[in-house]
Amino acid sequence: MSLNTQLVRSLKAPARPAWEEPPGRTGLTAKGGLLVLCCLGVLGPLWIVIVTSLSPKPVIDRVGGLVVIPQGITFVNYTELLSGGQVSRAIMVSLGVTLFGTLFSMTVSVLAAYGLSRPGSLGHRFLLMTMMATMFFGAGLIPTYLLVQSLGLTDTYLSLILPSAVSVFNILVLRAFFMGISPELTESARIDGASDLRILLTIIMPLSRAVLAVISLFYAVGYWSAWFNASIYLTDQQMMPLQNVLIQLVQKNTEAPTGLQQAVRTGQLSALGLQMAVMVLALIPVAIASPLVQRHFKKGMLTGAVKG
Amino acid sequence: MSLTAGSRPEGTRPPAAVEEPTAAVATAVVKERVPRKAGKAGKVPWRIRLRRDRALILMTLPVIVLLLLFNYIPLLGNVVAFQDYDPYVSSNGVTAIFHSPWVGVEQFSRMVDDPLFWSAAKNTLLLFSLQLVLFFPIPIALALLINSVIRPRVRAVAQAIMYLPHFFSWVLVVTVFQQVFGGAGIIAQTLEDHGWSGFDLMTDADLFKYLVTAQAVWKDAGWGIIVFLAALAAVSTDLYEAAAMDGAGRWRRMWHVTLPALRPVIALLLVLRVGDALSVGFEQFLLQRDAVGVGASEVLDTYVWNMGIQNGDFSYAAAVGLVKGVIGVCLVLGANKFAHLLGEQGVYQK
Repeated sequence: MSLNTQLVRSLKAPARPAWEEPPGRTGLTAKGGLLVLCCLGVLGPLWIVIVTSLSPKPVIDRVGGLVVIPQGITFVNYTELLSGGQVSRAIMVSLGVTLFGTLFSMTVSVLAAYGLSRPGSLGHRFLLMTMMATMFFGAGLIPTYLLVQSLGLTDTYLSLILPSAVSVFNILVLRAFFMGISPELTESARIDGASDLRILLTIIMPLSRAVLAVISLFYAVGYWSAWFNASIYLTDQQMMPLQNVLIQLVQKNTEAPTGLQQAVRTGQLSALGLQMAVMVLALIPVAIASPLVQRHFKKGMLTGAVKG
Repeated sequence: MSLTAGSRPEGTRPPAAVEEPTAAVATAVVKERVPRKAGKAGKVPWRIRLRRDRALILMTLPVIVLLLLFNYIPLLGNVVAFQDYDPYVSSNGVTAIFHSPWVGVEQFSRMVDDPLFWSAAKNTLLLFSLQLVLFFPIPIALALLINSVIRPRVRAVAQAIMYLPHFFSWVLVVTVFQQVFGGAGIIAQTLEDHGWSGFDLMTDADLFKYLVTAQAVWKDAGWGIIVFLAALAAVSTDLYEAAAMDGAGRWRRMWHVTLPALRPVIALLLVLRVGDALSVGFEQFLLQRDAVGVGASEVLDTYVWNMGIQNGDFSYAAAVGLVKGVIGVCLVLGANKFAHLLGEQGVYQK
């Protein structure tokens, strides 16, 4: 079989059931058109943002704003942003918070999910209710703010991690998955004398890689996208994560990141190009990570259906 | 002693030569566990169960402590809604609660007389109903569209693209919209180039409600299709085949097979959405408050933020937050009850 026929085969539709009539030309066109339109609706704006961030200042000036057709691709906006200064620092802050936050959230969540996944253990019902009750009420913004403040967490990176470290929904997803793992496996390990921690580490976790990946992504995206906690708990501009810098740049109409204003004023760099480059930097990690675990999303979302 | 060694067939396990036999047996006896199922029946005293399950309880504790600290204790903090709370009467925000004067329901009566509160409440309900009408059906339609695509590759690529915006932050989504629809955005420029007058959707207070709904659709409609796709995948092909044998065409099959299969999921999601009516989104509105003005963008959540954290009127903001929270809990519980009545599982089981 030649490579070409292989390719054609893999692109061909699977066999259509006999009872299903083949699609008409109009139907197929309409359906394809709708699909393409939906995808363009997502990708179009992203394309414009990316192309603008890669355009040199003369091109941006000539077009008078956002660039649609790439001309004279340059990475100057990125090299400027990443060579130190406010944006580089914000990226490091965001990366650090995302990394440590995700690690912390995953550790406590996996432990709790396993701890609650063994039916018949002492107090598991009470602990589960204590956890799930928080899905129904929020304490409210003001009391939480007062508490974080009086714990002395304001102006520390802990204030970006601790108050939102636990997602009960994620724990329930993990728990449902752990409960679905065949009990024979864990029982035989138990007979061989394995402790609960050992069972979790050597049996449960290797079998749950898919759901662990999905939940890690959920937590990581949460930390990476968060800006509100930083906006109320941090006062030091030096500590601000990337999303907050992005707000300041684009929403508050600041021309350019501190340190680069000179370059913008003297006409070497375009403020718009810089803004768009910051946006691209903010979206790159999620755009890379989410397709990688995409095929597990469905499982992760659906095992969330709570089993009492 | 006869518990282990003697009866085991040779060769199933390498002999534990280094261990002292008595010690090994002793640990084996101690380690022999009470099966957890027996615990469930209540035959095992709790002392033994505690000993048996202490590892599990310890594992759960970090999360419980975090939730107690950041969910349960702040719940008590809501008492400031019945005070004239002053953070400066004490060195610490929490101990200040003990020194602040009690004013009863004064903050709540202030709220009832406050036109700004009612405007925020009105906006919240308006945005909720708009999202219900304009947002809710879209994932269903998209799921039907994707489901009708047979080629697995096309499906996978389309899904990957549609899921993507769900993982973007609100900051990014709002910024993208600003660059497309804003005063300096791509549409305004194209219009100006062709001699039309200015165009700025981002600062138009009248159109703001449609703008935020559009943003929500762009961000999450693609993500919402997952649950419908799963429901569709569970429909037996026999049903389609039987319908086709009876002469049902493509549309009739959709009407009589596909949609009934989706009905429980639709009902459940609808009920849950209603339970969440007072939380129309928060970050989205906070981010666009300055651009569009308070009148159109103030919802209950941003009102609490503004009165409490911006203006420092903690007691009043806590009162508003408390009312919102209590109504919210009632709605969620009521919606869940309703979901049970429909024969669905709801968020939790009965």
